[in-house]
Amino acid sequence: MSRDARIGALLAVLAAALIALPLAANSYLLSVATLVLYFAYTGQAWNVMMGFAGQLSLGHALYVGLGAYAAAALFTQFGIGPWAGMWLAMALCVAAGVAIGFLAFRFGISGVYFALLTIAFAEFTRIGFDHIGWLGGPGGLFLKVEAHKTADLANLRGGQTMFYYVMLALASGAFALCAWLLRSRAGYYWRAIREDEEAARALGINTFRWKLLAVAISAAMTSLAGVFFAFYYNNLFPEQIFHISQSIEIILGPIVGGVGTLFGPILGAAMLTTLADALNNLVAAMGWDIPGVKQVFYGVILLLVVMFVPNGIWPPIAKWLGLGRGS
Amino acid sequence: MALLEVRALSKSFRGLRAVSGASFDVPEGGLVALIGPNGAGKTTIFNMAAGVYSPDEGQIAFGGRRIDGLRPHQICAAGIGRTFQIVKPFAGLSVLDNVIVGALQREPGVPGARARALGILDRLGLAAKQDLPASSLTLPDRKRLEVARALATGPRLLLLDEVMAGLRPTECDQMVAVFRELNRGGLTILLIEHVMRAVMALAQQVVVLHHGEIIARGAPAEVVRDPAVLECYLGEDTEV
Repeated sequence: MSRDARIGALLAVLAAALIALPLAANSYLLSVATLVLYFAYTGQAWNVMMGFAGQLSLGHALYVGLGAYAAAALFTQFGIGPWAGMWLAMALCVAAGVAIGFLAFRFGISGVYFALLTIAFAEFTRIGFDHIGWLGGPGGLFLKVEAHKTADLANLRGGQTMFYYVMLALASGAFALCAWLLRSRAGYYWRAIREDEEAARALGINTFRWKLLAVAISAAMTSLAGVFFAFYYNNLFPEQIFHISQSIEIILGPIVGGVGTLFGPILGAAMLTTLADALNNLVAAMGWDIPGVKQVFYGVILLLVVMFVPNGIWPPIAKWLGLGRGS
Repeated sequence: MALLEVRALSKSFRGLRAVSGASFDVPEGGLVALIGPNGAGKTTIFNMAAGVYSPDEGQIAFGGRRIDGLRPHQICAAGIGRTFQIVKPFAGLSVLDNVIVGALQREPGVPGARARALGILDRLGLAAKQDLPASSLTLPDRKRLEVARALATGPRLLLLDEVMAGLRPTECDQMVAVFRELNRGGLTILLIEHVMRAVMALAQQVVVLHHGEIIARGAPAEVVRDPAVLECYLGEDTEV
């Protein structure tokens, strides 16, 4: 089998298993799978900026939060559903991302300083939302929760199975988009910028514009995760959704799985989310009370990855499967 | 009218005058070498032509159009390709992908750019290594890749910044043959070079820079006999 055929076969098996999952899994397992897909999706979105274009964002919670609040506010205050609201969410996040990117790239802020800037914007947006009384302030913004026997897809009101399929569609769409981007002119230019920005400029690449494009696409994708978050959990607190721990959790999947690869964010999210959940269950079953056990677990995993597979766990697996250097 | 016209160019860094009133031409189809001792201002002139710095005074015209002060990507789009003295391969990308990035400047679609890149790799003898990561190349191959990438952008003028440095004499001769052939194909070349073996073999005209000023110009054989040039290279009391 050729390399492309093997990747196609892998994708077909994965897609069939994911589509059939609700037939076999109970509601609890389905909620874990939904969370896996959620982090596969946000990881994929973050990867466009860092993995492809080399721009480290440690503040992606900003886009989750803005997207979530935009769609939730439209729904609770004006009765506008998520499929219309998501456009405002995307527009708002693209505007925020482009504004941050413009400031940073225009004034030559790069590397860790750029990362600090992304944290700063997420943090003061968090503090800002604490003071917007209209959206609940620190007390939170709530969507009405009712028992749903049937899935109301138009308003994203329904049971676990509906949310699972919505997240599966989002994650699949993100995967397809990233695969296409990586093979396009943008993918080549982003990787050139990531490897050596000065050389990229000398080859005629307007690096300022292409970096802004990466931020805009990443922010737009992440905003949809926020819309999903709002309608799935039905409650939003600035302290939670804009918090830096949210940003960190988004980037753990792709780092563990393989930064800049297409399968890395998926594999990383699947591993971290399921193992962390199993660990939580184990701790609960043993009757122990260990606060922060998940964070400690993430720390240990990260340590092991950095020590033994610094490029993430996907590249060696890809090599073993004969799929070539991390695609 | 020459393809590249440098007129009364000056540039200072914190009071140090790196280039002072330099003027020279690179004729269309020519092969001109810019030489001079370390710190003479060669790379500064080069970087002004490539858009890295803006000149303090003077102008640079390319094909009759002023290019001083343009940004590097605009200079590339105007038709000037450059290499870096310290090679800058996209280390994580394959040799082919490195050249495709350059080729996308002329071919907006990836398939077209790939075809163009393959042709250039073939001309530079890198075709067999197209799938290797650029990080695995030896220094001579990295220098060749640097040239291939610049050529892929379809330049009318190629700026070469010490591409011979660090090469063995036989490798240097191979590079000389490559540039001679490119020049014969109509490509105009301006090179900065320390390796006199390459300069003598390649250049039709040599411009000598010392303390930011041009002290001599002419055919290679004349320039190396010029007393002013000997003085700056060997010291004034030396008898030759």
